[in-house]
Amino acid sequence: MSEKNTFKVRKSWDTAILALLFSVWVLASFTTDNFLSSINVSQIFSNSSEILIMGFAMIFLIITGEIDLSIASILALSSAMLGWSYAAGAPIWLAILIAMAVGTACGFINGFLVTKLGLGSLAVTIGALALYRGIANGILGTNTINEFPDFWTSFGFDTFGKTFIPQTLPVIILFGLFFGLLLHNTAFGRRTLAIGQSPEAARFAGINVVRHKIIVFTFTGFMSGVAGVIYTFRFSTAQADNGIGLELLVISACLLGGVSIFGGVGTMWGLVAGVLLASSVESWLTLQEINAQWRTIVTGILLLISVAAPVMVDKYKRARATLANKA
Amino acid sequence: MANKGDLLLEMKDVKKRFGGAIALRGTNLSVRAGEIHALLGENGAGKSTMLKILAGVHEHDAGTITFGGAPFISGSPQASIDQGIAVIYQEPSLFLDLSLAENVFVGRQPKKGLAIDWKEAEAQARKLFNELGVELDPKRQARGLSIADQQVVEIAKALSMNASIILMDEPTAALSASEVERLMTVMRNLRAANKAVIFVSHRLDEVFAISDFITVMRDGATVSEKAISNTDLQTVIKEMVGRELTELFPKTDHPIGDVVLEVNDLTNPAYFRNVSFTVRKGEIVALAGLVGSGRSEIARSIFGVDSYETGSVKINNKPLKKNSPITAIAEKIALVPEDRRQQGLFMVAGVNRNISMESFDRLKGRIFLNFKKERALTNQWRENLSIKYADQSDPVDRLSGGNQQKTVLAKWLATDPDLLIVDEPTRGIDVGTKAEVHKLIDKAAGEGKAILMISSELPEVLGMADRIIVMREGRQVTELSRKEATQENVIAAATTGKKGI
Repeated sequence: MSEKNTFKVRKSWDTAILALLFSVWVLASFTTDNFLSSINVSQIFSNSSEILIMGFAMIFLIITGEIDLSIASILALSSAMLGWSYAAGAPIWLAILIAMAVGTACGFINGFLVTKLGLGSLAVTIGALALYRGIANGILGTNTINEFPDFWTSFGFDTFGKTFIPQTLPVIILFGLFFGLLLHNTAFGRRTLAIGQSPEAARFAGINVVRHKIIVFTFTGFMSGVAGVIYTFRFSTAQADNGIGLELLVISACLLGGVSIFGGVGTMWGLVAGVLLASSVESWLTLQEINAQWRTIVTGILLLISVAAPVMVDKYKRARATLANKA
Repeated sequence: MANKGDLLLEMKDVKKRFGGAIALRGTNLSVRAGEIHALLGENGAGKSTMLKILAGVHEHDAGTITFGGAPFISGSPQASIDQGIAVIYQEPSLFLDLSLAENVFVGRQPKKGLAIDWKEAEAQARKLFNELGVELDPKRQARGLSIADQQVVEIAKALSMNASIILMDEPTAALSASEVERLMTVMRNLRAANKAVIFVSHRLDEVFAISDFITVMRDGATVSEKAISNTDLQTVIKEMVGRELTELFPKTDHPIGDVVLEVNDLTNPAYFRNVSFTVRKGEIVALAGLVGSGRSEIARSIFGVDSYETGSVKINNKPLKKNSPITAIAEKIALVPEDRRQQGLFMVAGVNRNISMESFDRLKGRIFLNFKKERALTNQWRENLSIKYADQSDPVDRLSGGNQQKTVLAKWLATDPDLLIVDEPTRGIDVGTKAEVHKLIDKAAGEGKAILMISSELPEVLGMADRIIVMREGRQVTELSRKEATQENVIAAATTGKKGI
């Protein structure tokens, strides 16, 4: 019964979130002068870069019923490795590879600890959150590294010519296509959903749940590494406290986008809409000159609503059904 | 206190239905003080419903129940306890971190002033344990006690609440032989204290060893009420199965070919020991026995979702390299599990997504799944199995039980398995669909698949199987051919562990 209702709710959730996104745009463009200006739209997109990149992989993890809270720390560690190895004289391409490899390794370690040792992903990745950030601190201390080749910093920061399209956008779109197709059009994606819908039935269907989850954790680590590279070039800064708190934005974007925190449900479109909604609201509040604390409060409220709303709707429907049965 | 032999409980013409299903169609039960009373019947005969009415879990629709000379107040567990009825469940629910004395008196601790008088509680608990004839330290923690001892603590708790009737639902099912002996001693001591014990058991040898009176139920009605001296094992078995085999089964004869599955000396000490059998091409072999006799665990071990300690499984004369469902599926084994909602299906996913789950290789282009092929596959199996649904992306949760089961079958038949294991293939589905499922199983055998069927429904076992292996408590009791098997000899083997009666 509840499964059925949740499923229905999720379908309408997609429409609701698009409608909400649209109304935020309309409202924002009426209440502020330059919300839809090319610079601001460009800002919304580039501010979404890391959230999208990490979200593309995180959505798989949440769908399987797991979570990774250490992604922002992986981002920082990857950023630190990039800065440190480049400063130490490595060619930039090697430094980028090292950064991404370190991210991948972090993800693999998380996955290994969660699946092979059977530890809860919440507990493991809270530990990892502290550990990876700590290592980043150990590498860079309070130093910041801001000297990077122009080509790469302008890749991170600039738009194409006079347009408002950030140069990073094609990269993000490519990743989005890759993970979107992976989720919706391949056996791998089907198995991801299946594991989240019923881990027991997945085992009876011959799915290697442990291996699958390790792969998904590793993807998440890799994408956090990529996000670390993009972040570093976007701000021309490698430092240990890069991206603090970003994991919350990624998770809330997933949940806003209709990914079920209980696993088994989620679409790539939903995620993209969720990210854009979160960034648009943030940008709108910034333009209204509402300060950072309030913006965090709004993000928190959005997160709570996106977790609570499906459950509330479900409860409401069930209560109504019970009443109808009694009548 | 009641005197020995006084009529304590009388249920007359008690009826109960759950929605459209009739659970009790007029049952009688009379129990006297100082009596051990066995309630017998096949799965689904209505024994548990009877116990639950007495326990106050369900309320009866019609009929009269008198208890201790007064009308029985039904429909509330608390009222049942207050009237003196206690239920001991198969899995006791003690507070494992509390002491035994605390467990016995939980919520009703003897007090000295405002403080709990633990000395008194311990002394009383010790006295109760002594009455029951067991040595247990009231101060020890409940954690670590065997199931049998936990049951004893529950019984002591019942006595401390002045229970006059103790109900036990298959109390021995989870016990070892020596523990059963102990529980029997406890039951005898209860009898000596003029309490009445009503117990449900499928172990007929135990029933005859201990009870004074036997009530046999079949299909929701009481078939016989007899003192132990007026009946015997054969009579009881006849009364339990009693029905004529009127259902028709579509089983046809197929040529039987080479051995597909060979199980050798398979042992998992917790569930089954030294199990060996074969299933051939075109043959339907049934594992019969009571719930809990280890049948499903054997199937699950062959398929690799459970493990076994020793022994081997060969498929098409090749040993299975690894005990894992991935290997099993690669070797063309399919398992339609017992619990389709939890194990067989992804309830929120569409019919098409469930059916295609094992056929991704055939649905793939180079990399991506071809949705057109998936639709075609779903339609093909919808026709083959006449699965009824509105839209193929409907979550299977919306389908009827029968159509859900067909969906599971479709998923596995689509892999064209050599060995098809079906565990309780028709549980909880309507009569019409049942016949369809039987036809499908027969058809699969006709196509040369080897079928291993587990079923608790005797008519289904007798009607479908070429050979029947009867299990009891994890051991093979006997193997019967289609010709030899009768309801009586299968039930006798499953309940007593003896080959013939």
